Amino acid sequence: MRIELTVNGTTREADDVWEGESLLYALRERLGLPGSKNACEQGECGSCTVYLDGLPVCSCLVAAGQAAGREVRTVEGLAEGDELHPVQQAFVDRGAVQCGFCTPGLVVTTHDLLERNPAPSDPEIREALAGNLCRCTGYEKIMDAVREAAGAQR
Amino acid sequence: MDFLAPTTWADALAAKAEHPDAVPVAGGTDVMVELNFDHRRPSVLLDLTRIPELRAWDRADGRIRLGAGVTYARVIDELAAELPGLAMAARTVGSPQIRNRGTVGGNLGAASPAGDSHPPLLASGAVVELASVRGTREVPVAEFYTGVKRNACAPDELIAAVHVTPAGGPQQFCKIGTRNAMVISVTAFGLALHPARKAVGAGIGSAAPTPRRAEAAAGYLAGELDAAGLWDSRGALPEGLAVEFGRRVRDAAAPIDDVRGSAAYRLHALSVMARRAATWAWDDYRRAA
Repeated sequence: MRIELTVNGTTREADDVWEGESLLYALRERLGLPGSKNACEQGECGSCTVYLDGLPVCSCLVAAGQAAGREVRTVEGLAEGDELHPVQQAFVDRGAVQCGFCTPGLVVTTHDLLERNPAPSDPEIREALAGNLCRCTGYEKIMDAVREAAGAQR
Repeated sequence: MDFLAPTTWADALAAKAEHPDAVPVAGGTDVMVELNFDHRRPSVLLDLTRIPELRAWDRADGRIRLGAGVTYARVIDELAAELPGLAMAARTVGSPQIRNRGTVGGNLGAASPAGDSHPPLLASGAVVELASVRGTREVPVAEFYTGVKRNACAPDELIAAVHVTPAGGPQQFCKIGTRNAMVISVTAFGLALHPARKAVGAGIGSAAPTPRRAEAAAGYLAGELDAAGLWDSRGALPEGLAVEFGRRVRDAAAPIDDVRGSAAYRLHALSVMARRAATWAWDDYRRAA
């Protein structure tokens, strides 16, 4: 089937979408947006996190057809041109990236956290990021990056 | 596979009548996992996310009618005061991303013994509203779970809503898991005090083939509280009573050994959780005086 949706502010069409296909697959394989990562395919790891109509979700658990006509914002849609978003810059500056696989999901989730709560406490950060796994276990640097991003945005 | 995305409830019911083997999908947090892992290849996927009334909740006849498509995140944000037990359970579901998508209706549809919504729905005596082109019927939640991942839905029926009476007293929810997030329960327990009726509701999760009530235990606790005049005096809960309640909740369970835990562990954990939940809820009741 064909679906039309808005991705990062642009109307996009995807053809030959299989009816049981995930939004994640459509983004990566049909729309050329490989920033959202495919790992667990069961909503456990958060590396495929995108905004769907303004709410962060695991795109592996959204059927592509469910996203038709909706607004999707991926990690590729956070930066302004060549200017990294402060959350992205903070992850770079604080060394919160090891292998980098979990980073796009963590960046989107952190972006959402700081939109809702510009000055989160450490427990609030941990709660917000509970659905994003980093198997390099770089959590301390990730916490540093979130705290720094919060400070930079204030 | 066909992908149907009705935009009205009538169209959704017509589609389910025409395709009884269609698999309904809302938040996708269960169904999409099965598709992603090739565990399921339904002939029809029936998307229910475009039906406005499924995403709504309202008050009617002294109950809250929670549309089947209301997410856990919204239960937490919008209904924590009126449905505190369900909101406590919702807070333990998955992660923020999962709570933004997963729905109470989906939890009922999946009817997993480990579903987090079930113990509080059982404790508060919720009623499931099922609909088809033939009409609408209400099924008490305790009768809704018919087997492991099986429920009372006929092939042409969809879950429309669940009706829950706003809390008339303190409620508690306890869940054992390996961490505080992203965890399927090893075992879970929901408790509701109903002071106006001098009654207690108790629901058990992940400790029997289906979610189930601990009816005898709840009746015992309510009766002992009544016999000692404690509902009126709001006196302290005798420790022995809380312990015995825990034992009786444990006796209502029929768990198995599986990868998440042994039956013996689940039984022990249930007795501890029930004792604690009763103590916490009773302390809340005393403080509310």
